[in-house]
Amino acid sequence: MTDYKISAKGVQVYYGDNHAIKDVDVQIEDKTVTAFIGPSGCGKSTFLRTLNRMNDTIDICRVVGDIRIDGEDIYDPAVDPVQLRAKVGMVFQKPNPFPKSIYDNVAYGPKIHGLARNKADLDEIVEKSLRKAALWNEAKDRLDAPGTGLSGGQQQRLCIARAIATAPEVLLMDEPCSALDPIATAQVEELIDELRQSYSVVIVTHSMQQAARVSQRTAFFHLGNLVEYGETDKIFTNPEDPRTESYISGRIG
Amino acid sequence: MSTSKHGSLLTLDARTKKRNAAEKRFRAYGLGAIVIAVAALAMLLISIIANGASSFRQTYISFPVTISAEEIEAAESSLLKTGAYNKIIQTGLLAYLTERDLLQDTPEADAFGMISGEAGSTFRQFILANPDAAGTTFQLDLLANGRIDGYYKGRVTAETAALDKNVTPAQLELADRLAADGALVKQFNWDFFTNPDASDQRPEAAGLGVAILGSLYMMAVVLCLALPIGVAASIYLEEFARKNWITDVIEVNIANLAAVPSIVYGILGLAIFINFAEFNQSSPLVGGLVLTLMTLPTIIISTRASLKSIPPSIRDAALGVGASKMQSVFHHVLPLASPGILTGTIIGLAQALGETAPLLLIGMVAFVKEYPAAYTADAGLFGEASTALPVQVFNWTQRSDPAFVERASGAIITLLIFLLIMNALAIFLRKKFERRW
Repeated sequence: MTDYKISAKGVQVYYGDNHAIKDVDVQIEDKTVTAFIGPSGCGKSTFLRTLNRMNDTIDICRVVGDIRIDGEDIYDPAVDPVQLRAKVGMVFQKPNPFPKSIYDNVAYGPKIHGLARNKADLDEIVEKSLRKAALWNEAKDRLDAPGTGLSGGQQQRLCIARAIATAPEVLLMDEPCSALDPIATAQVEELIDELRQSYSVVIVTHSMQQAARVSQRTAFFHLGNLVEYGETDKIFTNPEDPRTESYISGRIG
Repeated sequence: MSTSKHGSLLTLDARTKKRNAAEKRFRAYGLGAIVIAVAALAMLLISIIANGASSFRQTYISFPVTISAEEIEAAESSLLKTGAYNKIIQTGLLAYLTERDLLQDTPEADAFGMISGEAGSTFRQFILANPDAAGTTFQLDLLANGRIDGYYKGRVTAETAALDKNVTPAQLELADRLAADGALVKQFNWDFFTNPDASDQRPEAAGLGVAILGSLYMMAVVLCLALPIGVAASIYLEEFARKNWITDVIEVNIANLAAVPSIVYGILGLAIFINFAEFNQSSPLVGGLVLTLMTLPTIIISTRASLKSIPPSIRDAALGVGASKMQSVFHHVLPLASPGILTGTIIGLAQALGETAPLLLIGMVAFVKEYPAAYTADAGLFGEASTALPVQVFNWTQRSDPAFVERASGAIITLLIFLLIMNALAIFLRKKFERRW
């Protein structure tokens, strides 16, 4: 039980009267890549955003149930979502670097969390993060250039660097490759595989091939329900639920 | 040659012809609308400039005057000081005219009448500022009477002068002789920007000094109050407030307030600031407060619009790395929105600068002959009666002397130049700080 990084039980999410997530139980292991797949509108992104309480920014959104990270209830009134989000980083669907320099993009998180005591520390964090995000070689000579001037794939890797610069333990990725071309996608996927050594990665994806390539465990969502959750190999080769089978073979979704 | 189902592409079918004609018509309407708008603007500008451009040049009479220390002492100790100085000016003028043989058979009183009634006080100011002038002879440039000035601007002719009790044809002839002698000169009218208003009889001395200062003081009040209040309110409404019926009501009401006729703000200002808070009537402080109320909705609406235009992905990005709501707003959203906020503020200020109606209600229409004590160092700031540019225009258009029409048009040109500078600044700032992503 304790080796689960995230454990969600009986999670319900409502948008006003719309019941978007219905009674989902998921346990996510540390240092693995967990993929959430399912047709559009099935609630996989919504569920992902409950894990770092990004849904708090939506007024009409209400979350019920029990979500624990390292055994701590993240919806406990004592939890400050700001602290939570430093521990649970996030990469979004569309690359969204700040319209600032590459350096400032990565340095922003460590700065506001006080992770660097001085400029040298900060430089080191920036370099380490960019290296981890496989962007260092391309960006080291133009750290002062605006992050928005990079190509789409580079921007997304910059966003990943920005997310890991705050030293999170969990990394949430919401369709990180949907706006990227196949080459950039391959680079990001490779990166995700490396990130697994340090973080617990949860990735939402539309592409089943991507889920099969990068994840160790896969959860299939359908109409707000978690239909099936297990080893990726098993989900793709021998699904238990007929709905999973239909989706994987392309009959629904 | 095969004919397809669609017929030949080289001939237009009826439907296409009709569509093309409609498009042509629409373009013509659009062009027509623009031509009308541009023509109206051009006519406005031409009429204002034709009327007002001459107010930036003023006719002066230039001749030598001698004054001794005793004369200064006598003048300063007399009851009507400027009257005494006028006498000295007249002596000087007479001496000059006789010396050059310009007077001929013009009555002396007519010759003296050509100098503005304001000349005595101008001369006195000059002597007080230059005590060394005592006992010497020096060249004085004194304002010519408004009718003489009008003669050189085409307002007054020998025919009209014959019917006018304020000027005689003999004066005009003398003026011509003076001009031929080089004693009557037209100069750039700096006094127009520094002098306070003058009475009905002295249009030549009337200036915008007090009005410009009053307007600047009011703009300072508006900027210091409306910008922080407006931006704070917008940020709260846009970024922090929960969307519910209360914020909906507030939003609708802000939009309504922006459309409220400005004179209503004048009534409000009269009731609150003058009757209740008992601030000085006609003071730039009250004017500024009223204009602040009027400008706030404009600033709030434009600030909210520019905050809205910042993509939510920037907020998500900041929250995603663990920034607090306030950090995401102040580190990312606000800097990106600031060009829009600045533009909105400057446009709001420009609107306030040109506003007349509310100021009339709080008494800023007052005739201000002297620089208010508020503008000197030892008086309470903003507390004294003042006037403002648009009110000065209104004031001058009420007067009968055509010389004031010229002054009013000159004041409108000045106001337009201020507005133009502010709008240009707004465009410049937006272009400079605008960031694209």
